[in-house]
Amino acid sequence: MNKILILFAHPRFEKSKTNRALLKNIGQVAGVTLRDLYEEYPDFNIDIEREKELLLAHEIIIWHHPLYMYSAPALLKQWMDMVLEHGWAHGSRGNKLKDKIIFNAVTIGGTKEAYAANGHNKFTIREFLIPFEQTANLCKMIYLPPFAVHGTHLLTEKNLNEYARLYQALLEKLAQGNFDIRITRKYSYLNDWLAKEMGANL
Amino acid sequence: MSATFLHDALIYLAAAVIFVPIAKRLGMGSVLGYLIGGIIIGPFFLGFIGEEGKDIMHFAEFGVVMMLFLIGLELEPAAFWRMRKLIFGTGIMQMGATTLLCCAALLLLGFPWQAAVACGLALSMSSTAIVMQTLREKGLTKTQSGRSSFAVLLFQDIAVIPILALLPLLAITGAQQSAAGHAFLIEGLPGWTQTLVLLAAANAVVLAGKFLFVPFLRFIARIRLRELFTAAALLIVIATADLMTIVGLSPALGTFLAGVVLANSEFRHELESDIEPFKGVLLGLFFIAVGASINFRLIVTNPLTVTILVSSIMAIKAIILFVTGKFSRLSFDQNMIFTLGLSQVGEFAFVLFAFISQLKILSAHWTDMMMGATAISMTVTPLLLLANERLILPGFGTKESSEEKEADSIDARHKVIIAGFGHFGSTIGRFLRANSVNAVILDNDSDRVDVLRKMGFKVYYGDATRLDILKSAGADDAKILIAAIDSPETNFYLVETIKKEFPHLKVMVRARSRMDAYELIDAGVKDIYRESLDTSVRLGVDTLIALGFRKYSATRAGQNFIKYDEAALKKLAVHRHDQEAYIFNTREQIEIQEQLLTADREANPTLNDHAWDSESFIEKASRDEGKA
Repeated sequence: MNKILILFAHPRFEKSKTNRALLKNIGQVAGVTLRDLYEEYPDFNIDIEREKELLLAHEIIIWHHPLYMYSAPALLKQWMDMVLEHGWAHGSRGNKLKDKIIFNAVTIGGTKEAYAANGHNKFTIREFLIPFEQTANLCKMIYLPPFAVHGTHLLTEKNLNEYARLYQALLEKLAQGNFDIRITRKYSYLNDWLAKEMGANL
Repeated sequence: MSATFLHDALIYLAAAVIFVPIAKRLGMGSVLGYLIGGIIIGPFFLGFIGEEGKDIMHFAEFGVVMMLFLIGLELEPAAFWRMRKLIFGTGIMQMGATTLLCCAALLLLGFPWQAAVACGLALSMSSTAIVMQTLREKGLTKTQSGRSSFAVLLFQDIAVIPILALLPLLAITGAQQSAAGHAFLIEGLPGWTQTLVLLAAANAVVLAGKFLFVPFLRFIARIRLRELFTAAALLIVIATADLMTIVGLSPALGTFLAGVVLANSEFRHELESDIEPFKGVLLGLFFIAVGASINFRLIVTNPLTVTILVSSIMAIKAIILFVTGKFSRLSFDQNMIFTLGLSQVGEFAFVLFAFISQLKILSAHWTDMMMGATAISMTVTPLLLLANERLILPGFGTKESSEEKEADSIDARHKVIIAGFGHFGSTIGRFLRANSVNAVILDNDSDRVDVLRKMGFKVYYGDATRLDILKSAGADDAKILIAAIDSPETNFYLVETIKKEFPHLKVMVRARSRMDAYELIDAGVKDIYRESLDTSVRLGVDTLIALGFRKYSATRAGQNFIKYDEAALKKLAVHRHDQEAYIFNTREQIEIQEQLLTADREANPTLNDHAWDSESFIEKASRDEGKA
């Protein structure tokens, strides 16, 4: 049984249909803690000790955020800069997060096709997320491929429900430990791994 | 009030007002100005004052008593205790050696041994008045030479008492008549009882300072009559001096002790600024009287004797002082100030010589000579110091200024003064202190000052709009003054005073209302803090949150509202004057409120901004989709 910490960062959550849909049902998943960073720290004054406690109390951490200018909203970066201290999270004696699992759950306006070498945005999502991946490596954590929701501007109610169901299924699988790290890492998105798994199970 | 009193006052004050500025302008210092003024109006030049000058001198000696009270006020008991070795070490060395050498020289001149010892003791005294006044004017009191000079002077003050007790034993006639002014209560008591009484008196001053003066001053302060506080301050000084005189201790020493005890109280600055003017005037009077008392007839008839007498006395004193300075490890330049500064014979010598003369230890002729030499040596001192400063010190690399800079801590150089320690100022003070910035705090509510001092704040009692209080709080070298007084009128007055007298100070001002802020803007103040703005907006933000707004959005709305309101304040402050001709104050407020409400609705500074908005993306994405 894994405990999951969702570090959710959205400065205008009230206007985000996609994220409201994704987070609607996660309360039903056992072992999930949702941390709404912009609600916790409207003044950006992060309580570092509290955040560290939460990290220690969970095995799986999710950076859940929209993709703004090819990165996360400012407060999530602030969180990374302040909480992941040298000597605690990284450095020769910073082993507190060692072997914990971490990944991004990211909502993206553009389509998957737009994020490619020959696409509008020139690079893939995995490339844009390299700073997160390497931060995880630095902290000796296990970085999984992202869970991504593309083309958020055009999603219908039906699409949104589908993604919400998928995200919920992902959280349940992770919580139950019903996954193989080596296999998940073979996929570029967790969505793809999940589709395969669920297809196999169905 | 008699006509002669007014006439005398006129002469003395005029002499001071005319000669001191001239001396200052010529770079000679005020002491020399007073002395020269005294010489000019004295019996040998203009003759405005005659023999009664001596009486004035005795009266004006009280200035020295006040000066020691003020010196005590600046010396906290702990600091005084730390100086005890310096006081006794340098003091005993200087007095002992000077007395011995002078005594030996006088014996060679054929003086009887009793006279030689008595004169030696008197000549070993230096002038507290001249030295401390000069050092203070030159800003040297905190230097090594200043501390050593002070230590020696204080020891001499203490030594006057046993010397006065000793002199009758030297009387040739054996006549133990008591001299005028020295009719001690304890005379006739056995020696050990005298000692006990003296100790009891000193302890009484210390205890009274702690348990009587402070509650008394607190009571007076609560009545809020400024002149009553001044009267109370004078009363404390005079009462202490009187008690000391009755038991036969030096009044200067007694008031010094009282000053030290009060140095830790919240009234320190207020006392300082109340006594300071009296001390200044009395000392000035004293110097004038010294100048007037110089017997030029004596000099004219025996020019050679007087010159040799003065120069040899000063030379002996200077040599001993220089050696003492060497022992105290003073650097050359500091030692020169110490040596030349203390080389004169001081005002206590007048008292001692008068006593010596009464006891018939010394002939009238020699008493006159010695008194003349004393007055001349006092006059020469400022000139010697001037020569030292202009001619000798420039030849050496180290001047006292470099040392002062070293001693300056960062804390002292970036000083902050908070005027007004009510609910507004105290929060600022606490916040600054939490960040290791210890501001100087001025407040005129003595009850509050007392409570805050118990909590460990450095709070001083005083009216912050008074120039002298601001000066003693260090407004001259402070960096920032925070005007946080409760009354907007007083606060405004303070701001105007600061702008006029201390233009270098950055002023940060508390404004009670929008209207106060307008007036401050008109006065040219840039940093204005309306006391209700941030708090009411914060309450508004929390209201939005309670209504279900996202915290971050509500917080931004609040931040933007403050920004927008500050901008509106500046804009309307200018605009306000267009209408002033026909809108009265109350109507004006309503008018402004209306303008604000209209503008608020139009600007709606946050909720309609486009931060993180995806509407336009959605539109574009839909169009692209349509095309595809």
